[in-house]
Amino acid sequence: MVELFVFAVAGLVCLSGAIGVIASRNPVHAALSLVATLFGIAVLFVAQEAHFLAAVQVIVYAGAIVVLFLFVIMFLGVDRAEDLRVEPLGGQRIAAGVLGIGVVALVVAALASTSFEATGISGDVGPLPEEGAYDISLLSEALFTKYVFAFELTSVLLVIAVVGAVVLARRSRRAEEIVDPGQEERAEQVAERIARAEARARVYERNPRGGEAGGAAAAPADEPAEEPEEVTA
Amino acid sequence: MLAALEVTPAWYLVLGSLLFGIGAIGLLVRRNPLVMFMCVELMLNAVTLTFVTFSRMLDDIGGQTVVVFVLVVAAAEVVVGLGIIVALLRKRPEATADDLALLEG
Repeated sequence: MVELFVFAVAGLVCLSGAIGVIASRNPVHAALSLVATLFGIAVLFVAQEAHFLAAVQVIVYAGAIVVLFLFVIMFLGVDRAEDLRVEPLGGQRIAAGVLGIGVVALVVAALASTSFEATGISGDVGPLPEEGAYDISLLSEALFTKYVFAFELTSVLLVIAVVGAVVLARRSRRAEEIVDPGQEERAEQVAERIARAEARARVYERNPRGGEAGGAAAAPADEPAEEPEEVTA
Repeated sequence: MLAALEVTPAWYLVLGSLLFGIGAIGLLVRRNPLVMFMCVELMLNAVTLTFVTFSRMLDDIGGQTVVVFVLVVAAAEVVVGLGIIVALLRKRPEATADDLALLEG
């Protein structure tokens, strides 16, 4: 009874948070919905007696990752609501919905094909802790004996990630001095392409029904002046 | 009536697949790179929930060990991904996933 209640509440929080992530117009709201989902999953971890993982989930995800997201949103000032009504690619949402539902249906069908039982053999890492024992000791034992090489590799991964983040986010002073030999040529090409696209757009504006009138010749390709920014940016 | 309903591991697995599906839809639909990234986190979390459930079903601590590694990889991925997004959005704050096509050489 209690487990049913916990599952229902935590599951609802998870699902509504997930829908909030993909449906909210403001990135800040999406990040806060993500926190709700992560908390719900932490509660489900507790319900399945993975206490250490629940704590780590809250600390690492809600405490570090989402804060990092919010920090980036605030730092860049992109916390404006975007207009979700525009759909630049026609039919994209329907296709995405069909694909997503298809993925869920496939997974559930695969689970149902074994009547929701885990197939295959259990690994040889060791059983779960007994009633009243701590899962953290068993987890650490597995991490520092059987998986010690993978554990060390994750530290290498973290170091590489830190170095990569510093390199990516640093505002390099030298980057402005670097001369790109093909830059002007490419800038011209891009300007040309943009001018052509603008000309097409103008023809379309003038004559939205189609291209019967010889409007293409009437569209001059003016103002290519600001385009080189496209390349350097 | 409610007492007859027992929460089996299957419920957790279905919930995990639902979360994964929602994350996948969000990744396909949204254009803001930050929100797309959050959807990836959503999918990763659905998978960790599934791992913990299988760990309980098989009575094996190995599933929980994998979740620790997933957490580490997710943290590293967020750091590098947000670094890229910061570098990108600092130049053009309105950039969407479509504009990344301009990166082609």
